[in-house]
Amino acid sequence: MEILCIGLNHETAPVAVRERLALTGDSLQETLQWLNGQPGIQEALVLSTCNRVELYLVTEQGVGQVDPIIRQYFADRFGLGEEDWGRFHYQYGYHQAVAHLFRVTSGMDSMVIGEPQITGQVKEAYRQAVHLKAVGTILNRLFHKCFHVSKRVRTETELAARAVSVSYVAVELAKKIFGDLSERQALLAGAGEMAELAARHLVTNGIGGILVASRTLENAERIASSFQGEAIPLDSIAVSLAEIDILLCSTAAPDYILRADQIREAMRTRKHKPVFIIDIAVPRNIDPEVNTIDNVYLYDIDDLQTVLQANMEERKKELKRAESIVQDEVRAFLAWISSLDLVPTIVSLRERAEQIRVRELEKAVSLLETSVSEKDKKAIEAMSQAIVNKILHGPVSTLKKAEEKGDTPGLVEAVRKLFSLGPKKG
Amino acid sequence: MNVYLFYLTLLFYTVATIGYLAHLVWVKKPLWVTSRVILIIGFVCHTASIVARHVEAGYTPVTNRFESLIVFSWLLVAVYLAVQIRHTLPVLGAFVTPLALGLLLMASFRAKEILPLDGQLDSHWLPAHVWFAFLGDGLLGVSACFAAMYLLQEKILKKKKIGPLYYRLPSLDVLDRLSYRCITIGFPLLTVGILTGSIWLKTTQGGYLDWQDGRQTASLLIWFLYAGLLHGRLIAGWRGRRIAWMNVIGFLVILVTFLQLSHFQK
Repeated sequence: MEILCIGLNHETAPVAVRERLALTGDSLQETLQWLNGQPGIQEALVLSTCNRVELYLVTEQGVGQVDPIIRQYFADRFGLGEEDWGRFHYQYGYHQAVAHLFRVTSGMDSMVIGEPQITGQVKEAYRQAVHLKAVGTILNRLFHKCFHVSKRVRTETELAARAVSVSYVAVELAKKIFGDLSERQALLAGAGEMAELAARHLVTNGIGGILVASRTLENAERIASSFQGEAIPLDSIAVSLAEIDILLCSTAAPDYILRADQIREAMRTRKHKPVFIIDIAVPRNIDPEVNTIDNVYLYDIDDLQTVLQANMEERKKELKRAESIVQDEVRAFLAWISSLDLVPTIVSLRERAEQIRVRELEKAVSLLETSVSEKDKKAIEAMSQAIVNKILHGPVSTLKKAEEKGDTPGLVEAVRKLFSLGPKKG
Repeated sequence: MNVYLFYLTLLFYTVATIGYLAHLVWVKKPLWVTSRVILIIGFVCHTASIVARHVEAGYTPVTNRFESLIVFSWLLVAVYLAVQIRHTLPVLGAFVTPLALGLLLMASFRAKEILPLDGQLDSHWLPAHVWFAFLGDGLLGVSACFAAMYLLQEKILKKKKIGPLYYRLPSLDVLDRLSYRCITIGFPLLTVGILTGSIWLKTTQGGYLDWQDGRQTASLLIWFLYAGLLHGRLIAGWRGRRIAWMNVIGFLVILVTFLQLSHFQK
């Protein structure tokens, strides 16, 4: 019995190859069904995202026999050259496959480390496979485990902490300057996806209020209404500076819309309370000299990228901790798998029964009033043996029959539980 | 006995300081929690050493350099632990513990014998003066630590050199508020300390102020410095770096006068 992971991702294959294998909707179902139908493959799941296509399989044969079949299928069905497949795909067997799945679901293998979307994508892939009845005991357990591991990694490490998008970095910085945002006012000047997104994040993080300024008042009003904010004309920005703590600039103005002396004036009026200015526009809206003013923090798009990079590095530092969680869980999963072995279970069962038989026999003989003759002793021994054999005959033959039907793991686990046989050793 | 406890405290504080500083680099919760526990154990020893000395000497142990350094250090740690109850700030520990440890190390070079009390020092006003002044100083010390952290974080945010410290330090706003809160409690205490000192001087020497005594003039200077800081913040609207620098310098002046000048030169 083998657990395999075969596929390719953004690190091993260029997008031109990946897009050939982008399995969605019908093609996904088709591939799943084809896999399910293969004689050597017992369980299958297909994970297909824009960054990876991976097949998770439980097979009788090893990867050596399975791989050519899959290669052929992808060549026939999706026109993926066999050479390409050879060059760009990877295979993992057994504990490496399990570890890889745990890593992928936890966001450790993603382009943006710790990203949350992948977990949802894996959940969807699992749902599809369940729907098509392509998963069995092993993959069921494996995928339930992988969501548990993902949760552990995301809560126990800082892998998914800290902003990795420019808009969210802006909010993170605002919090580093102002702490609690509920008493602060922000002003969004201009339009632009990043700036609007940053404004939206500010609202989610409890900012006190948002003003919106745009070249046309109606534009400003439209945007403002989505934030429950207020619209003001673009030329009154300088005036409102005294009340604004956070300024998000993203106008298409060709020159600076705010100069250093205007900001200095505003700082005097607001008694030098700190001001955070984010200038995402190119060309820049704010004179860079402004950053030299005390208590003013000016960040342009490059500065935000610098912080973003630093955040990514911090996330990467967490990989080691996340990896130790993954390894722990891989060990636990493999222990469960080995407990599924049939023969050791039957052996343990017989051994347990034998222990009980011998103990009870000795007790009984010692309690007999008259000492027993050799012949009687043999008869009693034979009886105890017969009782044990007859009782065990049912369970053992059911277990053996189940192996033919593929029911083994569940029954084995049940027997081990019912008879307190404990986890398999070694 | 009190000297043994003193050395024990020194040992615990050294370990705790190393732990807190290490935590700045390797952020592992167990490291910080253990350091805090060791600091608290050290603090208990520290308290015991002061109590023991009081019992052995028969008077409040604030009469010579050795004793005052120990009490000052004790108050610093006490204020830190009190702040900790409200705000869990492992970073602050990395600033306060080296300071407290430094004071104890300086004490270790001083004469440790218990001597009979000089007549001048045998007064109720002495302990009152010392405790109020030191408590005020302790709070101003913690305030200066917050101010130092503020200056570091401010520099990082201004220069955009994002390093591990950026993540460890709390927001500028929190640092500013906490530093200010400590001053608003510490400054009145310092004032009472100076006043009781003046009263003590009156009872022993007849005058309220002795201009010849460097320590007293320095205390007045310090008082005006912090009064100026408060004025600047409340009235003139000074914010941010200027206030933080005044804060740090103010406490440095306190430290220097404390170490260099003394009522009780030996």
